[in-house]
This record gives sequence, C-alpha cells and structure tokens, in this order.
Amino acid sequence: MSEFYGTTLPNGLMLGTAQYPSPAILADAFKRSGAGVATVSLRRESGQDRAGQDFWQLIRQLGVHVLPNTAGCHSVKEAVTTAHMAREVFDTRWIKLEVIGEEDTLQPDVFGLVEAARILSEDGFQVFPYTTEDLVVADRLLHAGCEVLMPWGAPIGSGLGLNNVFGLRAMRAHFPDVPLVIDAGLGLPSHAAAAMEMGFDAVLLNTAVAKAGDPAAMAEAFASAIRAGQLAHAADPMGPRDMAAPSTPVIGKAFLQ
Amino acid sequence: MKLLLNGAPIDAQVATLADLLLAEGFGDAKVATAVNGEFVPAPARPDHALSPGDAVEVLAPMQGG
Repeated sequence: MSEFYGTTLPNGLMLGTAQYPSPAILADAFKRSGAGVATVSLRRESGQDRAGQDFWQLIRQLGVHVLPNTAGCHSVKEAVTTAHMAREVFDTRWIKLEVIGEEDTLQPDVFGLVEAARILSEDGFQVFPYTTEDLVVADRLLHAGCEVLMPWGAPIGSGLGLNNVFGLRAMRAHFPDVPLVIDAGLGLPSHAAAAMEMGFDAVLLNTAVAKAGDPAAMAEAFASAIRAGQLAHAADPMGPRDMAAPSTPVIGKAFLQ
Repeated sequence: MKLLLNGAPIDAQVATLADLLLAEGFGDAKVATAVNGEFVPAPARPDHALSPGDAVEVLAPMQGG
C-alpha cells in the first residue's frame, strides 16, 4: 500500500465533504466507501449559529484522517495564512494546497503553488499540492519539499475524467516512487479505475459522489472501481495493439470447406 | 470601537481579540483567527490588542472538497 507522509490508508479513496444532501448521507458515503481521508475547509463562523462546530463533530465521528484545503485562495499569502489557521483548528500538519490561478477552469497558479509549498514545507507542513500534470512543475514541487503530488484529472467539478492521459502516464513514469493522487475532475467510477490501472496511488473526489442521486451508493461504486483498478495494475495488463490477434488457437482447426 | 468582523461592521467595547471572541458568542468554539490578514494563534489572542478599524476574521471547520 502507498504511504502518504508515512500514513498508510485503508484504500485509495480520498473523499470531499461538500455538497451532500445531508450530514447523514455524508456519513453514509464514508461508511460505505471506506474512504480513509476527508477533505475539509475553513470558512467564516457566526458566533450565533456556530455551524462549523456541528460539522466538526460529524467529521471527528467518522474516524478518518482530515485533509484541510486552501480552496478559494488566489495568492501565496492567502494560502499560507489559511494553512496556518487550518493547522491550528484541525490539529494536523497535512494541507491540501490550492492556489487558484484562473476562474473558468480553477486551474492552479503553479508559480504561486511552488512558492507556497516551499514556505509551508519549511514550516513543517506536509503538503498535498493540487497541481497540473506538468513534469517541470512537479519536479519543482518535490524540490520545495512536497512528498506527494496531486495532479488534476480535469477541472474541479467538471466530471470529465482524465483529460490528458498522455501527460498523466508520463508523470507516473517519470516519478515512479512519488505517491501520486488524481485530484479533481472525476465523474464516474470508470475514471477512477482508469487512474488506478495507470498506477496512481489514490484519487480525491467530491462532486461525483455528493451530486449523485444516491451519494452513498456512488461512493461505494468508486471504492470498488478503485480496488479493481489497483488489482488490474498489479496484475500487469497487456499492451494494446492495432491489429486483431485470434485468441482461439488456429492450429487444429477443421478444414470444412 | 468600530471593527470589521468577518466582513461586517460592528461596534464592540473590547480591548483584545480574546475579549471580542467572548463578546461575540464564540466562547470555546473551535475557531482560527486572523487580524488584518495576519494569523493570530489561539495562545496569542489574550495579548492581541485591537485597534479601531481592525478587520477580524474568525474561521471554523466547514465542508470542503
């Protein structure tokens, strides 16, 4: 099993906690999928309703690892400050580092990402950077102190799957010993299976489960697909070929013309 | 004094960040704080004096992807 900063997870699923129809359905999705990581966020709290406190109790009861994000941050300073606040509230060194660079695609600002990753790594954070499949950026992130990389599959919330299979394959081949997580853009369990067949270590998703008609069932479907993909990768899949090759032996076939 | 709390103007008779949290009902809530864009760790709140016009952010756990 892959390790993420020394932590082994029960399966290859990291699951977001946003957009579920209810807290009970969120909890059921985690239970049925066996996901070992929950991504969470920080937002403004009201002293009157204190909504965040109830949510925090729910997450604690799940008994999973918590991965706070810096979602919505557009600058290095904003992301670094948010990470410090998250470390205090969630009592973890893990941070899912997002520095958004473009609004339509929510594409990461990879320049700011590398800078923020360096600052946070030097300050003792264990950074999970939301990045692209760019190999040069990946190398910079590793040099900045990251020990896990999280390339996007497709834009956040799009459900498009693996947009750049060639780039993701190249990344897997280029960094064989680095834990790699496909983060964002997955819409179907088959997308997750494909990622795992390619040798990725985990997938991180939210919308595909939370916005399904039956989120808990979809979470379970993703977990099954991830398991299938892991098994397939370990089983060393055959390579594709352009022309047919009969699977039934030709030798010994009767001559009946 | 006039302050901005999570983007909303308020008038609070407090001296420190810890006083403000108590006055605004946060009590022992699990929150993180920043003043004028700078993180203020929980142990530093009692000694962090507020000034008129300060922008205070109080953040709590929330759903995220």
